[in-house]
Amino acid sequence: MAPPKNRRPGFSRRAQFGLFIGYVVAIAGMVVAVLLLVVAVVDPRGFQAIKGAALDVTAPVSSGGRSVVGFFSGMVDGVGNYFRAGSQNAELRRELEEARRELVRRQALEYENRRLHALLGLAREAGDEVAVTRIVSSSFDSPRRLATLSAGSTSGIAPGQPVRSADGLIGRVIETGRWASRILLVTDGASSVPVMLPRDGTPAIAVGRGDGTIELRTLEVGQNPFRRGDVLITSGIGGVFPPNIPVARVTRIEGDTAIAQPTADPARSDYAIVERIYQRAASGPLDEASRPIVAPPVAGPPAAAPAPGQPRRQSDPRYQPGLQQQQPGAVASQGPAGPPR
Amino acid sequence: MSRIAGSGTEVAIRDFRFRNVPMLSTLAAILLALLPFVFSSPMVPDLGFLVLITWRLLRPEIWPAQVALGFGLFADLVAGHPIGQSMLLWTLVFLAMDFVDSRLGFRDYLMDWLLAAAAILLHGAGTWYIALLMGSDTGFIVMLPQIGVSILAYPLVARIVLGLDRWRLGR
Repeated sequence: MAPPKNRRPGFSRRAQFGLFIGYVVAIAGMVVAVLLLVVAVVDPRGFQAIKGAALDVTAPVSSGGRSVVGFFSGMVDGVGNYFRAGSQNAELRRELEEARRELVRRQALEYENRRLHALLGLAREAGDEVAVTRIVSSSFDSPRRLATLSAGSTSGIAPGQPVRSADGLIGRVIETGRWASRILLVTDGASSVPVMLPRDGTPAIAVGRGDGTIELRTLEVGQNPFRRGDVLITSGIGGVFPPNIPVARVTRIEGDTAIAQPTADPARSDYAIVERIYQRAASGPLDEASRPIVAPPVAGPPAAAPAPGQPRRQSDPRYQPGLQQQQPGAVASQGPAGPPR
Repeated sequence: MSRIAGSGTEVAIRDFRFRNVPMLSTLAAILLALLPFVFSSPMVPDLGFLVLITWRLLRPEIWPAQVALGFGLFADLVAGHPIGQSMLLWTLVFLAMDFVDSRLGFRDYLMDWLLAAAAILLHGAGTWYIALLMGSDTGFIVMLPQIGVSILAYPLVARIVLGLDRWRLGR
């Protein structure tokens, strides 16, 4: 069908003005949209109330459908497992034995670790979860990788909190409604997580690439410390993500960087655990950070008062010059600090 | 169903259908963003946008350009885009199509597909650039699968919209 030769809708003045006003409204609306986008770029939490309300209204729809999807995908998996039962059984038995041996070794390590921590007087904050909830949907048509959780601020969830599953780190909360919240997945381009290579402690930054993979950038130049199959864990630097959560497994080496696959697949994991921000100072506004910290993230070993008239010497095995001054975040009154609340 | 409306209610139902099917089908397509699937890369086309431009290409006369503002705002709120993204891009596409229509005397199906492809490319580039401004440091290559799938999905969406249009106008 050929469109009319010109868009003038006839001789009616009213109709002509209507068309003209339509274009004026459209262009004015685009200007408003640009302003809204500028606000969104400058202050990403600016429309928190509106977006949170929209999230609350829409999340139950996804939440209701999620169990249906889970049922069907579970059924497909179940049928597949039935056909591969024999070989899978043998394989699982072998894996189980391996895992048992590993478990014993880990228990020994954990005991040693606890003992060493006690010896150093290190106290770890956090570790307790805010909420256990489900991932109900994700963005699928935009370059951002965002997902929706079916719990919000009424469950104590606040922007900034890390989200993990049993398999590893999933992301962090960016918007909250009252009964739903939106999280930035670790594969999003705006997400960067400080990680380390547990083999030798090499620090790196895990930046999402937007296509389901993660790029690992080290601080070292020259040699690439990663090998295929390496698993990276959070290092706890920066204070948002608690340490020792698996983040990604290296799949490919590319020059100075490495490409990795996240260990936790949000499409598969049924439950997501929202945790507290590892060190509370990391989430506060900047002016709060300059105030003395009441609750210490890490308490150093209690700097025992030197015997009067006799300064501590280097020959003393417990002499640590860095700890003679008051540490930022060390409590003066508390002894070997328990987890401060 | 009889071809002739038998009562006042039936006339009202048909009139409602005639007027509102394009809008309701577009809103439904936007709401598909709520489907409970979790994707690890942008592969699925923006169905709301596809249905919107298909209606626009099929029936240039039903909507003035400013309706894209309303649809865009709704899509931004539903899909969690930064508010203003779809408002801006969709209205831009509508104005561009008005311009093309004023220059082009005649469009056939292939021409529609070409215009839709251009609109999809513009939309993909726009969302990618806005994401970049928002701090998501990804390569444009991430968007290519989605843009390709969207362009290939256009004939399918056009079929569905054409069916809806025939149902809307049918008696």
